[in-house]
Parts: sequence; C-alpha cells; structure tokens
Amino acid sequence: MNFPILSSLILLPLIGALFLFFTKSRNDNKITLKYVALFTSLVNFFLSIYLWFLFDQTTSEFQFVEDRIWIEGLINYKVGVDGISILFIILTTFITPLCIISVNNSINDRLNELLIAILIMETFMIGVFCSLDLVVFYLFFEAGLIPMFLIIGIWGGSRRVYSAFKFFLFTLLGSVLMLVAIISIYWITGTTDVVKLYEIGVDTKYQNLLWLAFFSSFAVKTPMWPVHTWLPDAHVEAPTAGSVLLAAILLKMAGYGFIRFSLGLFPTASEIFTPLIYTLSVIAIIFTSLIALMQEDMKKLIAYSSIAHMGFVTLGIFTIQQQGIEGSIIQMISHGLVSAALFLCVGVVYDRMHSRLINTYGGIVTIVPKYSVLFMIFTLAALGLPGTSGFVGEFLILMAAFKDNFLVAVLASLGVIIGAAYMLWLYKRVIFGKLINSDLKKMIDLNKSEIFTLSCLAIPTLYFGFYPDPLINTIEVSISDLINNYNFKIVSKP
Amino acid sequence: MEISILALPLIASIISGFFGKHIGDRNSEIVTSLLVSISAILSAVVFYEVIFNQYDENIIIAKWIHSGSLEVNWSIKIDSLSAVMLVVVTFVSALVHIYSIGYMSHDPHKPRFMAYLSLFTFAMLMLVTADNFIQLFFGWEGVGLCSYFLIGFWFKKETANAAAIKAFVVNRVGDFGFALGIFLIFYLFGTVNYSEVFDQIPTIIDKKLIFLGIQIKAIDLICLLLFVGAMGKSAQILLHTWLPDAMEGPTPVSALIHAATMVTAGVFLVVRCSPIYEYSELALNIITIIGMSTAFFAASVALVQTDIKKIIAYSTCSQLGYMFFAAGVGAYNVAMFHLFTHAFFKALLFLGSGSVIHAFRDEQNINNMGGVWKKLPFTYTLMIIGTLALTGFPMLSGFYSKDAIIEFAYLSGTTTGYYSAGIGIFTAFLTSIYSWRLMFKTFHGEYNNKEIKIEETHESPLVMLIPLIILSIGAIFAGFVFKELFIGSQELNNFWKESIFFLEPLSIEHPPLWFLLLTPTLVVLSIPLAYYLFVKNKNLPSQFVNVNKPLYEFLLNKWYFDELYDILFVKSSKKFGLFLWKIFDVKFIDGFGPDGISEVIKRFSIKANKFQSGYIYQYAFVMLLGFSALLTFLILK
Repeated sequence: MNFPILSSLILLPLIGALFLFFTKSRNDNKITLKYVALFTSLVNFFLSIYLWFLFDQTTSEFQFVEDRIWIEGLINYKVGVDGISILFIILTTFITPLCIISVNNSINDRLNELLIAILIMETFMIGVFCSLDLVVFYLFFEAGLIPMFLIIGIWGGSRRVYSAFKFFLFTLLGSVLMLVAIISIYWITGTTDVVKLYEIGVDTKYQNLLWLAFFSSFAVKTPMWPVHTWLPDAHVEAPTAGSVLLAAILLKMAGYGFIRFSLGLFPTASEIFTPLIYTLSVIAIIFTSLIALMQEDMKKLIAYSSIAHMGFVTLGIFTIQQQGIEGSIIQMISHGLVSAALFLCVGVVYDRMHSRLINTYGGIVTIVPKYSVLFMIFTLAALGLPGTSGFVGEFLILMAAFKDNFLVAVLASLGVIIGAAYMLWLYKRVIFGKLINSDLKKMIDLNKSEIFTLSCLAIPTLYFGFYPDPLINTIEVSISDLINNYNFKIVSKP
Repeated sequence: MEISILALPLIASIISGFFGKHIGDRNSEIVTSLLVSISAILSAVVFYEVIFNQYDENIIIAKWIHSGSLEVNWSIKIDSLSAVMLVVVTFVSALVHIYSIGYMSHDPHKPRFMAYLSLFTFAMLMLVTADNFIQLFFGWEGVGLCSYFLIGFWFKKETANAAAIKAFVVNRVGDFGFALGIFLIFYLFGTVNYSEVFDQIPTIIDKKLIFLGIQIKAIDLICLLLFVGAMGKSAQILLHTWLPDAMEGPTPVSALIHAATMVTAGVFLVVRCSPIYEYSELALNIITIIGMSTAFFAASVALVQTDIKKIIAYSTCSQLGYMFFAAGVGAYNVAMFHLFTHAFFKALLFLGSGSVIHAFRDEQNINNMGGVWKKLPFTYTLMIIGTLALTGFPMLSGFYSKDAIIEFAYLSGTTTGYYSAGIGIFTAFLTSIYSWRLMFKTFHGEYNNKEIKIEETHESPLVMLIPLIILSIGAIFAGFVFKELFIGSQELNNFWKESIFFLEPLSIEHPPLWFLLLTPTLVVLSIPLAYYLFVKNKNLPSQFVNVNKPLYEFLLNKWYFDELYDILFVKSSKKFGLFLWKIFDVKFIDGFGPDGISEVIKRFSIKANKFQSGYIYQYAFVMLLGFSALLTFLILK
C-alpha cells in the first residue's frame, strides 16, 4: 500500500479548512463557502468508502499502516485501521457532510469559522480512530475538545459560556490523568506504539492504576454516570451542527477507547473493574432514563437518552463476549445515526419556532406530515424497535450481559421499558394532540435539503436493522481475536 | 407462494402509506383490500395443503443477525400451527379491510389507516411464521407498534394518544419478560431457533439456576419469563389494563387487533412452545391460575360497564383467559381451537358493534341506545349470532370450543383443573349474562337516545354487512366443521403432528353426563334471566346496585387496577426522575463538581485578591510580621 490513504483522510479536511481560512467571508459568498466545505467532506466520505472496500475483513491485523518517525526514539506518527476502528471512521466522514448541509440560515455570524471548526473537528476525530501510537492518540483526542469548545462557546445559546466551560472542565480533568498514564506506560515499557504494546503487554502490577487513569478520561467522554452532567448542558447550548457532532461522533471516542485500550492493554485490570463498569452502566441506564422522562426541553431529553444509550455500550463492551462487543459497536454506530437525526429533527423545529420546549408544540402532524414521518422513524429507532439498527445493538448487548450476570441484564432491560415511555411521550407531545399554539400553523414542512439529510440517516438506520451483516462482517474477526487475546493474557498472567 | 402471503400485505402497506396521496383514497382502499384478500386465498391454499398433504416447510429468506454463535434468519415456517394462524389472520384482516371502506368513509386519512392495517397484517404474519424466537420478537413488537399507531389513529383525541402509549408501554413490560426469556434460552442452548431449542429441552430438565437470589429450575424460569410476554400481549390479569383503553381506536381495529389476532399472540406463543411448557408443571399451573383469574375478573367487570366496546373488550380478555387455562391444563389444541372460533365470533361482535355505533353516529354508551332492533335488522340478527356463539349456545362454534376447554380442565384430574373447570362454568354463566345485557340494552326496551331521533338511525351499507355475514357463517359453522380436525382423537387424525407437543397423550375419556349438560343449560337459562333483568324488570338490577354499592363501584372501576398502577409506577417513577434530575444531578453532582469547585476557587481568589492591595505599607507590615515570626521561630528552636 503505497498511497497513504489514512493520512489523506486525516489531512483532507484540514486542507479544506485552510482554503476556507484564506477566503474572506462575505454575505454573498456564503453558499460558496458551504460548497467548499461540503466538497471536501464528501471527497473524504468517498475516500473512506473506498477504504472500506479495500479493507480485508478476514484478518484482525492492522491495515493501511503508516509509520513515520516524529521524534526520534520517542514518538512515531503511526496510523492504521482494523475492524474495530474502520466503522467509526466511516461514521465520522458520513456525519460530517450531513452536518455541513444542516448549517443553514440560522447561522448568520462567522459561517466561515464554523465550517472551519467542523472540518478541523473531522480531522481530529479520524485521527483518534486510526492512531496507533498513544501520544498521537492523546493529541487527537484532546485536540478534538477545542473546536467543540469553540462551537458551543461562539455559536451557542444564551448560557453558552457556562456550558462550554463545564464541558471543558469535565473533559480536561479526566484527560490529564490519561496523559500521566501514557507517560508512565512509556517509562514502564519503553514504547507508546500500540501494536508493540499489544505484543509485550503491560505488567500486571501497574495495570490497575493505569486502567483507572484511562477510565477517568473515557468515563467523562462517554459520558458515564455520575460524570455526565456536562452533556445535557452542552447539547442544550450547542448549535444543531455542534449537537450532531457531539452526539454522533465525539461520544464514540470513549467507547472506542475502552475497546482499544482498556481491554487491549489492561486485560487483568479490566477483569477486576468489570463490576464497577456494570454498576455505573446500569445506574446510567435507569437513572438517566427516568430523568429523560421528566424533561421539558427536547434537546435535554435526547441528551439524557444518549447517556442511557451509552450506558448500554459500556455494559456491552465489558461483557467481553462476541455478542456484547459487536452489539456495542453496532449500538454506537446506530446511536451515531439516530441521535444525529434526532438533534437535526429538533433543529428543524427550532429554526422555525425558536423554541426547544416541548410544550410549545403539539398537534403539528397535519401541518408538517413529512417531518412527522421521519421523526417517527428515529423515535422508534431510539426506543430500539426490531427492524431498526437500535434493536440489533441493544439486543445483542443484553443477550451477552445476561450470560454474564442475570441481575445486570434484568436491570438494564428495565431501561428499555422506560425508553419506550419517554420517546413515545415526547413524540406525542410534540406531534400529536390538539393544536393549541396557533403560531404553529405557519410552520413549513421539511425543505429538500432537510429531507435529504434526514433520509440519509433513516436509510442506514432501517437497512442495518434488517440486515446488519455488513457491519458485523467487518468487525467480527477483529473482535474475536481481541477476545481471544484478552482471555489468553488473563490466563497466562494470573 | 408462502413469500407472497407475507409480501402482499407489506406491498399493500407501502403503496397505500407512501403513495396514498397520489393514487387517491378509493384506490388505496381497493389495492390494500385486494392484496390482503389474495394473501388470504393463498393462506387457504396452504391450509388445505397442510391438512390433506401434510405440507411442512421451513423457508429461509435471508440472514438477519449472525454474531458469534448466534444465528438468526428471516424465515417462513409453515406447519399446522402456523397454517391455522395464517388463515385466521389473513381472513379476518381481509374482511376488516373491506369493512373499513365503509366504516371509515367519513375519515380524512383513509390511505394512512389502510396502510397501518396492512402493515399490521404483515407484522402478525412475521410473528406466526417465525422459526426462531427473535423473528417472533420482531413480529411481536411490530404488531405492538401497529397497534400503537391504530389506537392513536385519531391523533387529536388526548385519550386516544394516552391509550396508545399505555398499550405500547404495558406491552413493553411484557416484552421485558419475553426478552429475558429469549436471553435465558440463548444462555442455556446457545441458539434461538425453535427446532434446535426444542431438541435440547430434555437435556436440561433437572438443571437449576439461581436467578435474582431464588433457586429455580431452568425450565420453569424459561416458561415463566416467556409467559410474562404472553400476558402482556394477551392482556392477562395484571398486564390487562391497556386492552380496554385500546378501544379508543377505530372499531375495525378493535375487531382485527384487539379481538381476533394480535391479542391471541400470547396464546400462540405458549402453544408454539409446548415442547418447553410440557416439562414445566409449575409454569402450567401458573398459566391455568392466571387464565382462570382473568376469565373471571374480566367477566365480572364486563357486567357493569356501559361502553359497548369496552364490554366486548373485557369479554375478549375473559375469552383469552379461557384459552390460557386450556393451555395450562395441557390441552394446547383446544386452546388453538378456541382461538380459531373466537376469531370469528369476536370479530363479528366487534364489527357488529361498529355497525351500531355507526348507526348512532358515534354513540358508544349502551344506556343511550335501545329499541332499535327493527331499524337495524341485519346488524341485530348478526349480533345475535355472534352472541350465541360467544356464550356457547349449543351447536354454535363457541359451544364446541369453550365446553371442550371446561371438559379438559375437568379431565386433567388435578386440583387446579377442578377449580378452573368450576370457575370456567361460572364464568360461562357470567359471559352469557353480560352478553345478553349488552344485546337487550342496545336493541330492546325503550329508545333512550336524546341526540338523534330513532328515524335517523340507519342500517349500515352493504360493504360493511358482507364481511359481517361471512364472519357469521364462520361463527355458526367453524366449531362444528373443524371440531374433529382440531380436537378430535389423535389416533384418527394427526393434524397437529410435531407442531404441538404432548408429553402424555390427552385423556380421551368423557366427563359424566351431568357435567356435560351443566354449561349449556346455564347458558340457555341465562337468556330469559337476562331478558327479565334488563328489559322486563329494570328496577331489580338498580336495586341490587343500591344495596351493594361498594361491590358495584369496585367492578365499575375495574378492580382499581389503573389507580393502583398509577400510584405505584407512573407517579413514583416521575417523582423519582424529578428527584434524580433536580436534586441529584443539579444540586449534588454539579454542586460538588464543577459549580462547587469553581465557586470555591472564586471565593479563594477573592480572598487572595485582597492581599494585593497595592499599598507599600501593607506589604511592608506583612513582611515585618513574617520576618519577626521567622526570627521568633529560629530563636525558640
């Protein structure tokens, strides 16, 4: 493989951002700016599909590896993909163009800068998912915070500064510990190369502390209970595009991190801390679902439901079973599609009525029929109806959890009941009922670009619900090897 | 052919749902009715093949979920059991489609309605033809979804929306148990395909598990968990609360979903899993008890309700109870037989009541009806047939199936068997009373409606009556014709083959003659009794009500289940949710987390700020203090 496809994926959005940076933002060239950004991200998307096409599903080896010396003897710029990471890259390149399309007239100020932030964000996210060196991973992982921080802080709502700082405080706190852990790994093993670390392993006596340090960073980003409170605030204040990126991609970095690093590098510690993860996941699922039930703000409701959904993900990962981890990855992909769509759906009505409060709406089904249909599809996917991708992930996770621990599976399944209640209740209050607020009569149904973006998200949601094979085939071998390695390391190092 | 049975309703649904606006109301109605009718005819062909040519097939259409050892396919399994269900579902569905053309003629959203009906049919067919538990679950949730759409079809009605959500969420509670049952099956057997699971059942009979601190036999646990799902879908006591509320939906929906097909899915599940249930005495006993409790409970509530549809809904609940206790005493084939006959007469009753409601322009209270039997001769006659069949009047379909249930309960020879036979007979009597109460109050006595004049009530159009007539033929003859096939002795014909499993062959003895005659006698006698109570001497029931006020209130309020659940689950989870949000998240986590820390830092820095006053003499003073303190320290040391 001579063509550095992964580096191209990482750099392309950056080049697009540079273009935008040197273009003066005027009122009359807004469309052009959007097209430049869209074009860049679309090229990236097709490139990533090509990557998927070239990807060899029969091996768990890292593919398309690029290894360049960055700082002699210390850090190598090393990237590569396996079955676990490739789907996240495609998710990123798929969501970004949709995000750019969704940036519409509601953003008047600094459109140029917003597009730059989105593109840079894409670069960092792809970087996270394909870096094979801990330092490089850390850099991308943390750098991703900055554009998000800016998106919330500049284009956000009225309490944007508070939310942005809360977001930053929480996430940075965890990350600092991870940095310390990465440095210690270097001192202990002499390398930060993930592939080498997989081979030589990390000494058991250090694993617990290192695991906790990584955990503190991932737990905040997931977010797991009780460090989740930044997410609802961040979502509420973020502009639609920000919410979409945050929910669809940013939250997945941690889930990916758990699989790649916590399980991969510290199996013994993972084994020890599994009960902790189970407890926190179950609490997250039940508590945040109950909180979601009581929300009056649509975005907050979906944000809380995201926390519950990510609770399923962490639960599934630490079952360390084929169904559990495959379920978790499918759940993440599905949540990426569905939560993105739900935030876009909220954005649609927000653009028209400038309110996110549920009680502003009601009885709009005849006024905006197309919107109602698409919103319904995503509502159903969010509550995990069979035939949508949400079901496949959730069901596999619960199935695996049940094998491991009856109580955990029973409690987690309770979340499925509450999930149905809050999603259907939300839908009912927004779409059905009597039309009381007469301002709603002026609402316009979806325009073409909105239909396009939402359909782009609806099609894979349904397709993978009926036929998840393309996803499962891609990740299958990598996960079974991961589990084998994991079990081998546990047995060989008692 | 099998694929088209399933595909046609789906295609119909897509055409009507997405292109309804383009092709127009009438065309959507025709397309959906036609395609579902073709599907019904094809099902009849399959049924014929199964009866006479022992047709048995498992068609795999595509892969669905393959993960590790889990392999789930989209499939169509045709055997005796699914063939019966195919016929019931597609026939009733086709008739309801046709009936809806008339019933919904004034509704502005016809294509949407027809699309939901067809989609429901598709989901129900997926459910009955599954060859594994997960596809069954797909259909299970799919029919639940369509039921949700259809109950809430009149989306402007708050009550309809609330009922729709209630139906879905209560069903989810059942599904919770069902899903756990599937997880347990996968945990024990490593597969979810029926045939593989059933083959392995004998190997785990003595296996015990610790489940949530309770030691229980694995097989009992599987059966009980699956049964929780069945209870939800089939509206058995404890999880029944959604069914009466579901009557908010249009009447054709009640006939199709909440009487003939979807609610019988629970019974189907238990019968389908007979190879598991046969080994679990505990589960079978619980099913019998739940079944007979539901039968009795629902019948008692039906006695005092005044909404015509709610009475029939409780009646459905009660009849489903009968099916369950038939299954509970091991007479799965009898349960299926009652399911089969019930589909005809209950759909007939619902559609008939729809015709009445139509005639009275959306009046549903039977106290506001009466005396119209001459005005609605066809509806009246057809509903009489339905009522006779439901109550088990000799020679009509309900007679064969319901009496068979009571007989088998008696013959099972166990204590629960005797109890349930007794309660079954008493409930049959109650059934007869409340059914005739409905008939007499609706059609006889004085005309009580103040809104519209009696002259304005009108008979329904032909498009509504024809389905009723077809159903009434079924209600009369289905029992007599199919008796031998469904519940005849197993030596003579082996219709069910492997689809139903009996550990020991069912008893072929007959109960004593007095026992056989007991139920029909009560049923026949109750007709003049009901006539006397509800037409001739109306004071007697009201006097009875006055004397037994608490009992009446208790029944009228449906044993206060809704109120109890509201306090126990709905209100408390809302309160707890609010607590977690406002107190725990905002006050506690944020208070001690980011907000608290930044507050502390802020206060500290304000204090620290004061040190930097900018006055030299203050700095000098502090320096002096420090210097002397240091000096003192050094000297003292």
